Amino acid sequence: MPASSTPARQRPAGRRRDANPAVSRGARSDAQRRDAWSRRLPLLPALVFTVIATQIPFLITIWYSLRSWNLLNPASDVFVGLSNYAAIFTDSTFRQVALNSVLYTLGCVVAAMVLGTLFALLLDRTFRGQGIVRTLLITPFLIMPVASATLWGVSMFNPTFGLVNWVLGLVGIEPLDWTSSYPVLSILIALVWQWTPFMMLLILAGLQSQPKDVLEAAQMDGASRLQTFLHITLPHLRRYLELSVLLGAIYVVNTFDQIYLMTAGGPGTSSANLPYYIYQRAFLGFDIGQAAAMGVVVVVATIVIANFALRLIFKGFMSTEQN
Amino acid sequence: MSTTATTTAGPTSPTRGRGRSRRVREGGSGLGSAALTLFTWLLAIGFFMPVLWLVLTSFKQESDAASNPPTFFFRPTLDQYRAVFEAGAGGYFWNSLVATVVSTVLVILLAVPAAYAVSIRPVAKTKDVLFFFISTKMLPVVAVIMPIYVVAGRLKVLDNVWTLVFLYTAMNLPLAVWMMRSFFQEVPREVLEAAQIDGASLLTTMRSILIPMVAPGIASTALICVIFAWNEFFFALNLTAADAATVPLMLVSTMTSEGLYLARLSAASVLASLPVVLAGWIAQKQLVRGLSMGAIK
Repeated sequence: MPASSTPARQRPAGRRRDANPAVSRGARSDAQRRDAWSRRLPLLPALVFTVIATQIPFLITIWYSLRSWNLLNPASDVFVGLSNYAAIFTDSTFRQVALNSVLYTLGCVVAAMVLGTLFALLLDRTFRGQGIVRTLLITPFLIMPVASATLWGVSMFNPTFGLVNWVLGLVGIEPLDWTSSYPVLSILIALVWQWTPFMMLLILAGLQSQPKDVLEAAQMDGASRLQTFLHITLPHLRRYLELSVLLGAIYVVNTFDQIYLMTAGGPGTSSANLPYYIYQRAFLGFDIGQAAAMGVVVVVATIVIANFALRLIFKGFMSTEQN
Repeated sequence: MSTTATTTAGPTSPTRGRGRSRRVREGGSGLGSAALTLFTWLLAIGFFMPVLWLVLTSFKQESDAASNPPTFFFRPTLDQYRAVFEAGAGGYFWNSLVATVVSTVLVILLAVPAAYAVSIRPVAKTKDVLFFFISTKMLPVVAVIMPIYVVAGRLKVLDNVWTLVFLYTAMNLPLAVWMMRSFFQEVPREVLEAAQIDGASLLTTMRSILIPMVAPGIASTALICVIFAWNEFFFALNLTAADAATVPLMLVSTMTSEGLYLARLSAASVLASLPVVLAGWIAQKQLVRGLSMGAIK
């Protein structure tokens, strides 16, 4: 990995032609233009496709957000300016589900991170059945999210015959009605279960990319395991941790399946997150204008956060590539 | 890279390069090491328990599936699997297969040239382009679902599997561009220069040098696209009904329409998850690279 990735990042051979002084100015800009287009050409289909599929719908969403359109009442489709946006800021439910979104994302990423690091550290040694243990641990991530949501919602958390209550009963804890009494926690548990393997895999890759000679040298110098971990492993892991937190957050913030299937956002809207709430307003309330405005607000918020996050991701990518 | 490969292999395989340092590390603490191994195993089994329970339940009769206390010993039956197929699982699987395979092929066809244009022979604003692609991944899907629903309705392509193909292609394309870029960057520059000196045209270079060299990369990119497309639920829920419904919707319909049939739901869940679970088990190493969009090798 280290040697092979470096040369390709240097300036490509094609660029060097520009330095030829013999070419006259006009011909040169012509050749340059042709060169630029021949570079762009392979990119265009993917770029155009992505713009059509993602940017145009978003522009339409902005348009919808300025109208008061209810699907059940076509006559309601009139221009209302920013009143849909004004409604959002007085909507206490919106604030609450926004808070839930933050709670799910932070809670899941942090918990999955801690568990994933623990698993990765346990897996980063040679022991009997290592391959099998690793395989068992990644499986929750591979299970179809809809299946894992129903598995937790129905088989695990069921108040009468659920496995979780039975296990708790073994240690003398009274059965709980998980998804009704603790809907957010229930969803969070299901999410952490699904995302821990993701974190584990990325961190494990980080652990295994540690230069072994440095670890050996530390040991020769009499460093304890804890010292080695704190001063060598952890700094090395830092960008892997950053990367897994950010990538994990990108996926978890859009969580829908677990909420739809385990609690339907309920009771009331107490366990809904933003995607689920907007979905509810659009497809169960048919309130396209209002839902679109919420969508736009979420996107703007995402852009603000993402601007910061993407910089970190870029840094993370560039530094792992140099590794 | 070789270290990651060795861990995926079984316990008996020789561990290249790691052996020495590990032996130094664990020298002397035989008992502690055994305890740690036991702890790891117990933790893994505990974590895996829900999956095991899902599989067990799928082989039960309904009365054993929803019992208190839970039934651990029972006569396994295939009745639930039979019931799933008789309820028309074939149609769901066919739709999922079409949506997954066709969208993945399209993604690869679009992403490979695009990745080439941001790595081997880069366009002027490579960083901006990459930034744009990854930023679309961060846009909440829910913000575009309404126009997609309305436009699909006008174009009469609601409940049409090709609508899903289109959307899954868009969903996975940014990821694939990033991943393929990371593979292209590993191609040694000397190889490309040699081809240029030999006067090979762009297409020839692509076909006979680049593509074979990044073929493993294409495979792991495809794996990630398959996983995400196969498991996708939100678009399928909102844009399909009877005709184009995919496998995740089969699970939902098992759950809602006929009351609670836990054992049958479990059988359906096992069938639904099996393709991705198997693929992921086999290609664990590719999974890491794919999930990090190529950043972690």
